Amino acid sequence: MMDILNALVVLANFVMIPAVAYGSQLALGALGVTLVYGVLRFSNFAHGDTMAFGTMVVILVTWWFQSMGISFGPLPTALLALPFGIAATAVLVIGSDRMVYRFYRQTKSEPVVFLIVSLGVMFVLNGLVRFIIGPNDQSFSDGERFIIKVGDFKKMTGLDEGLAIKTTQGITVVTAIVVVAALFWFLNKTRTGKSMRAFSDNEDLALLSGINPERVVFYTWLIVAALATIAGTLYGLDKSFKPFVYFQLLLPIFAAAIVGGLGNPLGAIAGGFVIAFSEVTITYAWKKVITYVVPETWAPDGLVQLLSTEYKFAVSFMILVIVLLIKPTGLFKGKSL
Amino acid sequence: MNKFMMAAAASALIAGTASAEDIKLGIFLGFTGPIESLVAEMGPAAELAIKEVNDSGKLLGGSTVSGVRGDTTCVDAGAATAAIERLITSDGVKGVVGGDCSGVTGAALMNVAVPNGVVMVSPSATSPALSHMNNEDNGLFFRTAPSDARQGVVMTDVLMSQGIKSVAVSYTNNDYGKGLADAFQAAFEAAGGSVTLSAPHEDGKADYSAEVGALASAGGDRLVVAGYVDQGGAGIVRAAIDTGAFDTFHFPDGMIGDALTDTFGADIDGSTGQHPSPSTELADQFTAHVNGAFNATSPFAPESYDSAALIMLAMQAAGSSDPAVYKEKMFDVANAPGEKIAAGELAKALEILAAGGDIDYVGASGVELVGPGEAAGNYREIKIEGGKIETVQFR
Repeated sequence: MMDILNALVVLANFVMIPAVAYGSQLALGALGVTLVYGVLRFSNFAHGDTMAFGTMVVILVTWWFQSMGISFGPLPTALLALPFGIAATAVLVIGSDRMVYRFYRQTKSEPVVFLIVSLGVMFVLNGLVRFIIGPNDQSFSDGERFIIKVGDFKKMTGLDEGLAIKTTQGITVVTAIVVVAALFWFLNKTRTGKSMRAFSDNEDLALLSGINPERVVFYTWLIVAALATIAGTLYGLDKSFKPFVYFQLLLPIFAAAIVGGLGNPLGAIAGGFVIAFSEVTITYAWKKVITYVVPETWAPDGLVQLLSTEYKFAVSFMILVIVLLIKPTGLFKGKSL
Repeated sequence: MNKFMMAAAASALIAGTASAEDIKLGIFLGFTGPIESLVAEMGPAAELAIKEVNDSGKLLGGSTVSGVRGDTTCVDAGAATAAIERLITSDGVKGVVGGDCSGVTGAALMNVAVPNGVVMVSPSATSPALSHMNNEDNGLFFRTAPSDARQGVVMTDVLMSQGIKSVAVSYTNNDYGKGLADAFQAAFEAAGGSVTLSAPHEDGKADYSAEVGALASAGGDRLVVAGYVDQGGAGIVRAAIDTGAFDTFHFPDGMIGDALTDTFGADIDGSTGQHPSPSTELADQFTAHVNGAFNATSPFAPESYDSAALIMLAMQAAGSSDPAVYKEKMFDVANAPGEKIAAGELAKALEILAAGGDIDYVGASGVELVGPGEAAGNYREIKIEGGKIETVQFR
């Protein structure tokens, strides 16, 4: 009995908890990408750097708060700074829409033109973030680091294996649930949300029924800014902030959005978890878990690893390819909001 | 008109052969990229040697040297090749201090430096693959840092002396990480230890839970992280501490820097490590000479100073700034016999060489060239105590 509990704890500590936290971060990022795709109809490659920009503002405000002695008790101060980050990011993305994307919208450009334009915006943001905060790692998390520490857990339960839950992992999951609930409420219950969905379903029909397209676009960017900043800040708190890593995040985020079905918010969430769990589970070495479960004489010598960890990125892309081959619109029916 | 052109050409020729020239040296290091925090100290160290030589005014009858910086990026071989191409063909450098990381150094050497016949002296490329035993480099490549084949042995000694017989290894997936991990595994297993798992990690990735999960499952008394402190190496350590997979670590050279203790502090107490470094006396001497201009004990800073110094001393010994000529003199100035030359005594060395004497350059890192032109290597064994890097001993 103890052995099975130990096995479960090992599994939770090294697979479930990290994957759930990482999955929530990816899901929030993928939601932003999918909203832009659904309403504005293009793949926004600048999303990773939008996240970096939002997080950067949060970090700067956090430092300012810390210098004034403001803290949030056991929770990270960065949560207090979030609204400032969201506001600054909103100004940035709406500004870039006014200056760049609106022109192409008015000329009714092809989606691929938008994609390339967003690539340009990405490079500008890339430079902007490095110019302001520099290319280095920044650490900005404070407050309690752990909800449960490995040592404390062992003492509490008397098990051989420990379990750690970081405060940031807890916050990430709770925030993700709250944000997703709020987003679905907004899209399904409010007038503006409904007009966004109408605009996404059929642009011409929406225009005929008197929906103001600029208003829809404005609100979409506002939500995208909030999602990007929250996702970026949660990721930065949990791991660390480095502009280059945020740029690299673009890959798993897009994989998540496409696996789930581009344009479908539910799909983005599912996709985030599929990617996170596949990266962690398929390359996990099951030796320790199996050793606990089976009788001693059956214990494996090898690592019992399906694929070695260097293939973990290949795993998410394999899933991407399989989904695109079998169900090109993604797990959930994509391209509708 | 024709005559004027002839005269101009002739005078240019004379100027070229005149004794005093302005020699350009490439400072070819990763000013951006995974080890940019180390290069912030390495670049100024090389430039300090150049300044010293210029202040003395004794190089090749009053020639001056100017350093030209080029960025290796540490990881992008394409960018590094373009940068050294510019240094050699456009700036016309006569020698290169660099590169820094093993992968880009190999690419730059084979694609650009060897075809153009320019000497490269790397202060920090440590991959065993860069030991050109069969003269593939035309005798143009030297390094003031030892090969990782040697570091693997030293690492084994450090771990064995603490009674650690079983470790897991996570290495950065490039020439440096792979070379070091393989060298270490061979040495450790030969000494009777066991490596439970040796798995690579990619730098700059979003999440390292999968890697740490596998390493934890494999187990071991200590986790060896052969990575970069500004990159994935730190991510692995973070995830390993947070999940309680490993409490103590062993850090080779790429992980040791102020960033390590700034990030993890007392969380990694009890961890050990080693990096190529001169003995205490040489380190103190160099620190005094640097006088606070940069961090003289930062990894590879002494080696950078020595790389630049060696090139200029070999030029003086050969009486020429032509790489094809002075490359023959590198061993002569670096090794015995001759008068010992410490850091800060470059003026004296230039004087002895000008008078036809012989020197044995010791410099800031105790340079002794062996094999195909690489340092024999002294290592500083460190441990982390109270969130600080402490010197245990020199090996």
